[in-house]
Amino acid sequence: MLVLERRGESSTAIAIASPLLAIALTLATIAVLFALLGKNPLQALAVYFLDPLTDSYALQEMAVKATPLVLIGVGLSFCYLANVWNIGAEGQFLIGALSGGWLAVATHGTGAGPWVLPAMLVLGAVGGALYALIPAICKVRFGASEILVSLMLVYVADLLLDYLVRGPWRDPQGYNFPTTAEFDPVALLPAMIEGSRLHYGALIAVVVVIVATVVLGRTIRGFEIRLVGAASKAARFSGFDADRLVVTTFVISGVLAGLAGVIEIAGPVGHLQPAFSPGYGFTAIIVAFLGRLHPVGILFAALFLALTFIGGEGAQITLKVPLDLTKVFQGLLLFYVLACDSLVLYRIRLVMPQRRTADGIA
Amino acid sequence: MLERAAEQGVPAPLLQAVGISKRFGDLLANDAIDLDLWPAEIHALLGENGAGKSTLVKIIYGLIQPSAGELRWMGRPVVLDGPAQARALGVGMVFQHFSLFENLTVAENVVLGLPPTESFAAVSARLAELSRAYGLPLDPKREVWRLSVGERQRIEIVRALMQNPKLLILDEPTAVLTPQEADRLFETLERLKGEGRAILYISHKLEEVKRLCDTATILRLGRKVATCDPRRETAASLARMMVGGEIGEVKSGAGRSAAGARLIVRDLSLEPDDPHGVRLDRVSLEVRGGEILGVAGVAGNGQDELFAALSGERLVDADAIHIDHRAVGNLSVNDRRRLGAAFVPEERLGHATAPRMSLSDNALLTGHAVTDMVRHGFINRAATLASVDRTTKTFDVRKSKRDPEAVSLSGGNLQKFVVGREILREPGILVVSQPTWGVDAGAAATVRQALLDLAARGAAVLVISQDLDELEEIADRIAVMFEGRMSAPLAAAQADRETIGLLMGGSSLKPREAAHAGA
Repeated sequence: MLVLERRGESSTAIAIASPLLAIALTLATIAVLFALLGKNPLQALAVYFLDPLTDSYALQEMAVKATPLVLIGVGLSFCYLANVWNIGAEGQFLIGALSGGWLAVATHGTGAGPWVLPAMLVLGAVGGALYALIPAICKVRFGASEILVSLMLVYVADLLLDYLVRGPWRDPQGYNFPTTAEFDPVALLPAMIEGSRLHYGALIAVVVVIVATVVLGRTIRGFEIRLVGAASKAARFSGFDADRLVVTTFVISGVLAGLAGVIEIAGPVGHLQPAFSPGYGFTAIIVAFLGRLHPVGILFAALFLALTFIGGEGAQITLKVPLDLTKVFQGLLLFYVLACDSLVLYRIRLVMPQRRTADGIA
Repeated sequence: MLERAAEQGVPAPLLQAVGISKRFGDLLANDAIDLDLWPAEIHALLGENGAGKSTLVKIIYGLIQPSAGELRWMGRPVVLDGPAQARALGVGMVFQHFSLFENLTVAENVVLGLPPTESFAAVSARLAELSRAYGLPLDPKREVWRLSVGERQRIEIVRALMQNPKLLILDEPTAVLTPQEADRLFETLERLKGEGRAILYISHKLEEVKRLCDTATILRLGRKVATCDPRRETAASLARMMVGGEIGEVKSGAGRSAAGARLIVRDLSLEPDDPHGVRLDRVSLEVRGGEILGVAGVAGNGQDELFAALSGERLVDADAIHIDHRAVGNLSVNDRRRLGAAFVPEERLGHATAPRMSLSDNALLTGHAVTDMVRHGFINRAATLASVDRTTKTFDVRKSKRDPEAVSLSGGNLQKFVVGREILREPGILVVSQPTWGVDAGAAATVRQALLDLAARGAAVLVISQDLDELEEIADRIAVMFEGRMSAPLAAAQADRETIGLLMGGSSLKPREAAHAGA
């Protein structure tokens, strides 16, 4: 009989080993899946995970795709540490892009100065924060589930984006394609290396990781977030207000998701169009947990998940497998991450039931 | 033993435990314990918290399986795979923590625990009859949430008796009863014994074991120390066997002078947080500098609500509570800490501490607003660790490493930590709830001594406790809470058990007078 036993003390070694184990289990499962599809599993895994690492374009692309994942993932970790379940980062990401994108569209062709980009970043952050305030206030005021409200607002944001780029913001010279005009250079993030797609947004993401590490680990505000999540009654005894923290953490993650949105359109995309996000806001949930809700862990997890996006594109071309396999892969990964996390708090022990008489009551 | 068996007409004990051992991980909770239970005998199982009493009883009731050893029922070996089997043999159990559905009636609760062979009407009738016959008055149609703790316990006892057990196990049954309710319980138990039933009575209260029990088995650190006739022992000799040495006597600070009132509560009323909570009804009290005021009462009579109002976890009218002549009823817990107050809640894990956080984080938990642990928003790790070290040294907190998680400490050591962390700040007012609940005798003595010493240095100390022995030991005055009201305090020297017991049961309490006398 297998028994789950609570550990006396959380194990640091397993805290690091657990996500690695989850990745290994995911790779094993996906290999079986490839085999069932009639592909050579080892070759397929190589296409997915090794080929991108040997190609400098793909490496840059990994950083580009990891940037929004890091920003959103770090924001979500503030929420999740405090037991606040923001599932709607994708919506906050889109609204951030729309808020910043509005300025780019409005100033398009007017010869506005270099203030446009910084203003876009601020607008994006503010837009994301305001959008995140809706579920926070609904929860604090009316007791509404933040999970449902934040998730449903994703579809509202998605349809709003769709309406704007097909309607009022559509590029008049765009042959009726649902897209805005390409942004002016003052509305674009400059590349870090000339001629590459790697932009300064990646640097912003790294700065956010450093700041978040300090805030969570070294300040009383970070302590408050960890304490409310770990023991809410003790947090109240400590004098912290859980309702205020719901609002604070939603705003933090809204700011970072909104910032990620505007960085995405001002960086690699360069305009607004429907479905410009491959679901970064949802993938970031996996990133946050795979990174064990620690900013540095999230940085590595984001790079790994970015690899699955790129590997998925490669596999689609070379192996002729559907792009949706990437989503299957990410789903499996979240499943295994959550399962392996139980190992941090519990250990599995094999117990042999002792039987002296066969018939129970002698 | 043989003569006795012959006298009872039974060749072997009703239940015999032979060499029972139980291992949990690294801990040997039971180590080769032998126990014989005879019909028509009340057998006490004595021991401190953590001595292995609960483990042994759970094995006898089939809840857990022993790692080694065997159980014999009327001389024949048995293996119990679950409580249902134990019940089928004739073992009944009354747990310390009741498992009752608050929104169901007495009869509905009892039916839920029985095999579905009897009609509801038949069960109700049998229940009424049993409760009459054994002096356990109960109305089968009443909903549980309307009942007192004593009445709830009666449900549990009647529920066990419905199965007509040969052996009845009671786990610390008097912990939640007033002295008068306990007396009534003892009469019932004597009657059950007279019918030839065996009773296993778990307790750490020596006087009541001496009074009630025919035999006592004493456990210490998982081992059986002795089986004896408690009536031939003294309370002190039983205590020595339980603890394995002398218990340090708590010394009251000599020449404590009661100064002016430092904590004043005036007409404090508060609606409960949850539907089954207790409404505070014009509670008034005052605690002077240099004294300890004890608040006695059966659990669930408003003590939790009183603590929440005093600590500031729930806010009330500003004038309802005064600390050193400042109205603080509407101030937050940290504002009250800044005024020199400190609080120790009853629940060690989850309220006083975050179980999975380190001790230094838990020092920060109550210290962040009033110490040098936070500067410009940044946590001063050195200061939090230093605070842990100071508490560890002064209060002899035993732990595996310098800064472990709170959950890894034993109950007694964690209690020393949570009390010590407040006392080292030298608070002017200390409110502490159940300071030694579930704590070993050594740690309890340390904590009580620390409370006495703090009062001797001029602090006003309010102790909410269910343990009358504790209050008699340390309190200068004792007030009693009943259904959200507070009695007038009695000087501890004059407060006899009977008066306190009556107040705990709600009789002779005139709230209006009590409120004014307390102010």
